[in-house]
Amino acid sequence: MEMSFEDAIAELESIVDKLEKGQLSLDESLALFEKGIKLVRECNDKLKNARQKVEKLIEENDELRTEPFEVEE
Amino acid sequence: MVFEEKGIYTVGEFTLAVKSILTSGQFNDVWIRGEISNLTNHNSGHRYFTLKDKNSSLQCVMFKWYNRNLRFEPEHGMKVLVLGDLDVYELKGVYQLKVRAIRPDGIGELYKAYELLKNKLALEGLFSPERKKPIPKFPKKIGVATSETGAVLHDILTVINRRYPVNLLFIPTIVQGEYAAPSIVRSIELLNNTDIDVIILGRGGGSIEDLWAFNEEVVARAIFNSRIPIISAVGHETDYTIADFVADVRAPTPSAAAEIAVPDRQELANHISRLGDRLIENQRRSISDRISRLTDLKANVEPRLLLERVADYMQFIDELTQRQSLNIRRLLEVKTSLLNAHGGKLDAVSPLGTLLRGYSITVKMPYKTLVRSVADVEKKDELSIIVNDGRIKCGVNDKEECKWK
Repeated sequence: MEMSFEDAIAELESIVDKLEKGQLSLDESLALFEKGIKLVRECNDKLKNARQKVEKLIEENDELRTEPFEVEE
Repeated sequence: MVFEEKGIYTVGEFTLAVKSILTSGQFNDVWIRGEISNLTNHNSGHRYFTLKDKNSSLQCVMFKWYNRNLRFEPEHGMKVLVLGDLDVYELKGVYQLKVRAIRPDGIGELYKAYELLKNKLALEGLFSPERKKPIPKFPKKIGVATSETGAVLHDILTVINRRYPVNLLFIPTIVQGEYAAPSIVRSIELLNNTDIDVIILGRGGGSIEDLWAFNEEVVARAIFNSRIPIISAVGHETDYTIADFVADVRAPTPSAAAEIAVPDRQELANHISRLGDRLIENQRRSISDRISRLTDLKANVEPRLLLERVADYMQFIDELTQRQSLNIRRLLEVKTSLLNAHGGKLDAVSPLGTLLRGYSITVKMPYKTLVRSVADVEKKDELSIIVNDGRIKCGVNDKEECKWK
């Protein structure tokens, strides 16, 4: 499952903390570093690719439905 | 006095006759200004009160099915405008106004109603900070309840799109007038059945009458009961509605509400890039630390250095050897001189010197027992005489005892 932005950034923060505390083996720190860099890229991608989608909620005959909502510029 | 019986009413007939005149239409849909007194909120849900001014009073009843038109809680002494139709209460034969709507008469009365409701809800704990729900930091979907027309929706969408584009669910909501309160309540309820993370309830600026729906109790309760946190943004920065007090967060304007609802993409990008920098910087340092440690270790096992060390050891061994041989020589010298000294002493007691001077030693064979006395030998014994340069074998021919001294 794809990670949410919130989880991704929280994990990235914890990785940076862990690395800065040191006391990791080279293998561990390399693995964490690799993961961290991946998360930086993922977070940036998520931010860059975020798009606004607006829907309109309509109640009709006691049924809820949504339809795309065009935003006037 | 004789009365011509040209027609006698029963009480009921008369009352009906009056009623038919009074309710013929002339007194339908009338607005009347007055002050509320003797207000009774009956258990049945109907309200009974007297509307009066300094000259007269008018009995009023407001049946509970008109309560939805009540946009504030009427109180004794309140100056109001009531809308209703004249009616006759046949049982008592009194005329009364069947009230369909009540409005506060003038701004002052609106503020009075506002203060009354605010105090009531505050006492109930609807504004208490511990009842506020937290606003999610990174919402995935935001519900927006506001009017389909007007700048509010546009402002909210624009700000969110600029800061942190995210999915939005807009629900057209009436935000002004008689139908506003039920529409707002409905919107909040419907949005609570969707998968949004936060609701923005917004309306542009206006007079206290324009914003009145946001001061109604049903709206306050709907906000309070919402499972999803609500950011209110009603009117201008200086307008405080009751909805603002109940909402989980109050934003001064709709744009501000949008800013509260989502983080800033640029700030986040900066934050991420700082985290990335820290990651890289830390890794660089960690690796360079390890390299320098490795260099140190390598230096310790380098051949040239090893050779130097071996040479050092060899020199040390040489030194030791030299020191040792010196010691041995010295020891030998000491032992030699000791030996010479002992040798001299030995010479002094050696019989060899005596033999050289012409003395000899006689031993009897075969056991080489020393002969000291004539008594030591018998005739025919084999003797060996040791002289300076050899032995002489001979036999005992005879013996004779002499006194030499």
